[in-house]
Amino acid sequence: MFRFLTIRALQAIPVLLIIATMTFFMVHAAPGGPFSKERKVTPEVLRNLNAQYGLDQPLWKQYGNYLWKAVHGDLGPSYKYANRTVSELIGDSFPVSAELGFWAMLIALAIGLPAGILAALKPNSWLDYLPMSIAMLGICIPTFVLGPVLALTFGIRLEWFDASGWFSWRDRVLPAITLGFFTAAYIARLTRGGMLDVMNQDFIRTARAKGASELRVLFHHALRGGLLPVISYLGPAIAAEITGSFVVETIFNVPGLGRYFILSAFNRDYTMVLGTVLFYASIIILLNLVVDVLQVLLNPRLRFD
Amino acid sequence: MVLAFSLMLGGLGCHKEKKTVLAQEQGILLINNGVEPEDLDPQTATGVSEHSIFLAIYEGLVSEDPHDLHPVPGVAESWDISPDGLVYTFHLRKDAKWSNGDPVTAQDFYDSYHRILTPELGSDYIYMHFFTKNAEAYATGKIKDFSQVGYRVVDPLTFEITLTTATPFFLSVMNHASWYPVHIPTVKKFGGLARKAAFWTKAGNCVTNGAFTLQEWKQQSIIRCVKSRNYWDAKTVKLNEIVFYPIESSNTEERAFRAGQLHKTNELPLSKIPWYRENRPDLLRQEPYLGTYFFRVNTRKPPLDNPKVRLALAMSIDRKMIVEKITRGGQLPADSYTPPGTANYTAEAKIPTDFAKARQLLAEAGYPDGKGFPKLDLMFNTLESHRTIAEAIQEMWRNNLHIDIGLTNLEWKVYLDAQDTENYQICRAAWIGDYADPQNFLDMWVKGGGNNHTGWDNPEYNALYAKLQNTSIPADRISIFQKMEALLMAEAPILPVYWYTRVYLIRPEVQGWYPNILDHHPYKYVWFGKPEASH
Repeated sequence: MFRFLTIRALQAIPVLLIIATMTFFMVHAAPGGPFSKERKVTPEVLRNLNAQYGLDQPLWKQYGNYLWKAVHGDLGPSYKYANRTVSELIGDSFPVSAELGFWAMLIALAIGLPAGILAALKPNSWLDYLPMSIAMLGICIPTFVLGPVLALTFGIRLEWFDASGWFSWRDRVLPAITLGFFTAAYIARLTRGGMLDVMNQDFIRTARAKGASELRVLFHHALRGGLLPVISYLGPAIAAEITGSFVVETIFNVPGLGRYFILSAFNRDYTMVLGTVLFYASIIILLNLVVDVLQVLLNPRLRFD
Repeated sequence: MVLAFSLMLGGLGCHKEKKTVLAQEQGILLINNGVEPEDLDPQTATGVSEHSIFLAIYEGLVSEDPHDLHPVPGVAESWDISPDGLVYTFHLRKDAKWSNGDPVTAQDFYDSYHRILTPELGSDYIYMHFFTKNAEAYATGKIKDFSQVGYRVVDPLTFEITLTTATPFFLSVMNHASWYPVHIPTVKKFGGLARKAAFWTKAGNCVTNGAFTLQEWKQQSIIRCVKSRNYWDAKTVKLNEIVFYPIESSNTEERAFRAGQLHKTNELPLSKIPWYRENRPDLLRQEPYLGTYFFRVNTRKPPLDNPKVRLALAMSIDRKMIVEKITRGGQLPADSYTPPGTANYTAEAKIPTDFAKARQLLAEAGYPDGKGFPKLDLMFNTLESHRTIAEAIQEMWRNNLHIDIGLTNLEWKVYLDAQDTENYQICRAAWIGDYADPQNFLDMWVKGGGNNHTGWDNPEYNALYAKLQNTSIPADRISIFQKMEALLMAEAPILPVYWYTRVYLIRPEVQGWYPNILDHHPYKYVWFGKPEASH
């Protein structure tokens, strides 16, 4: 496994380099710059600002400088938020997104797994139709609809939770449900599919023929294989949730990373775009690696090669 | 699931004390500031959200009356103006202090103004100082000796400013953030004088001289300003704290307001205005705002190089319909450019909505009943209301002039790039005044004006502007403004649509928040009181 992990870590280097290169040149190719504004500044001011941030240098030199600094852990200053560095902004906002993602994933798993398992155990019954219908609703109802509905119901009408902000536990509930409900729906569908697939296989019939109880069949034999599709999905799902959701963060005014991920591109905040993209890519690479390891551990037919 | 969740949490109770009530008891004002400030350096920041916070934590030589914003003493307790209107001598008060206890002196202003005019700083609002003698020459590197610029420290409590030409509205201009002083030792300590991106504006580092000081700044979450013990007029300040939230979505802030989390919103979604007007008028404010929504026309591109075509387009816009059916926030139809009542000036020249006249002008331009008129393109940046207005105007021109206009929606920076390079035919635009004087609206259309972007160049207009620079008699200035606006309306390089309003929600217990066209609300005059005492 050590060799496997080392190889994957080495493979990540060119991947990140390609991502950084593509992002760098694409964001610089977009019309408009970080300092273009509706009120035109004097040419002298623009020249001085560009010089201060090194934007007056040839693009290849800017690229080299960026890479050199990034390798040394310096992601540069944010062009938009003048008194903050990119590392600071990511450092401040990522814990918020990670916490939101954690609660959302907890909700998603707590709802999605039992619903999917139940539906698979009693296919074509109301225990299948009801959770799966709700799951379908969860997939179909976009977060920008669910979020405001929850805020209006539980934030304003019932006054149980706050309608926006990120200060106390009351602020965590509604965005976590909004984000988690969508993921729960997917997990329920995937769990049902995976479980049905496994439950129809020969080794399950054998186990039952040997007199194993339904609970033993479920937990000892079926779950391992049945959850493999869910585990594959969890990698990108966790990455998406802990790097934040722009929509949910906007609806509930959560100070997470998702907002920077989207808005930095609109602001032409070059360093912030690169920083968030590289960070996001690293998280995905890392989580995919974790998922691969888990899959091998759960499925004896797979090996670390 | 929602039902089960509701039952599970039923024990939470549904009558928790509202944040606004608790905050009011402690003298804390909770307001939404719209967006996260880019920085809190008054010499480099440019946005409205930043200025809203500067009003709490900084004070210039002059301050402004909360009702009508006329200049009142700030750090300077009095001032003298020379008979020719060129030299302003400010007498600073002895008890003005920075938040760290240092005295505020004339040298602070001198050094601060030196800083903003330093070319390397790259301040966007550097031009706000160009009223001062030789300031522009220094900022553009034509002179290197700052002592030639019209700022002079007479003694620690006397500061003198010499202007290039008499500028009657100069004291009002000085309430712009670019005229606030910064604490130079702090700026030097955390980054240096000429660096835009420096850490001196972080909470804990920041030293200010206003009624409040910056205590906490959590990015995208909260900015907390507390009453300054060192402020010279602390006895007037009633609030203990102001908390600024950066909620960007108007729907989110409206929900937060309803949930009792805010005393004041930044704006109000268009769709909610009728409801509040009908049901809760006590919470709704609609106030005139010094800004114009208009369309730029690229006068270099045929057939838009013909003033008759431009006038025909302008006359075919049903502005009344736009403000009544689309914007719905009490905006005024703009039949001229400068907002009415700007420093006692209201334009006499108008572009009326007159469909028959518009058709006649189009025919005179060679396009009777729209025949042969090439397909043009109207460009706007991404915002639902911009799209709706553009579609309405497209329909108006189709119905009234029988011409076909295409619409192009561009992302903000792409739109700015297209506008800057004049790579457009007709484009949406807006101008919000920095100070209440018609010059702030009319100077942008002179030849080479940095914000002109229309290619319009009228020698008579340029000559009037030059004449304005040597005129300080108010009646003469008004007369010149009228002539300039008449030329602008006659040639229509821009198509005015409406004059802005500020539409927002505010709790009735917030007192001292008076309507004014710059939307400036000096917080030292804001307090909590009984709703009956409201204006």
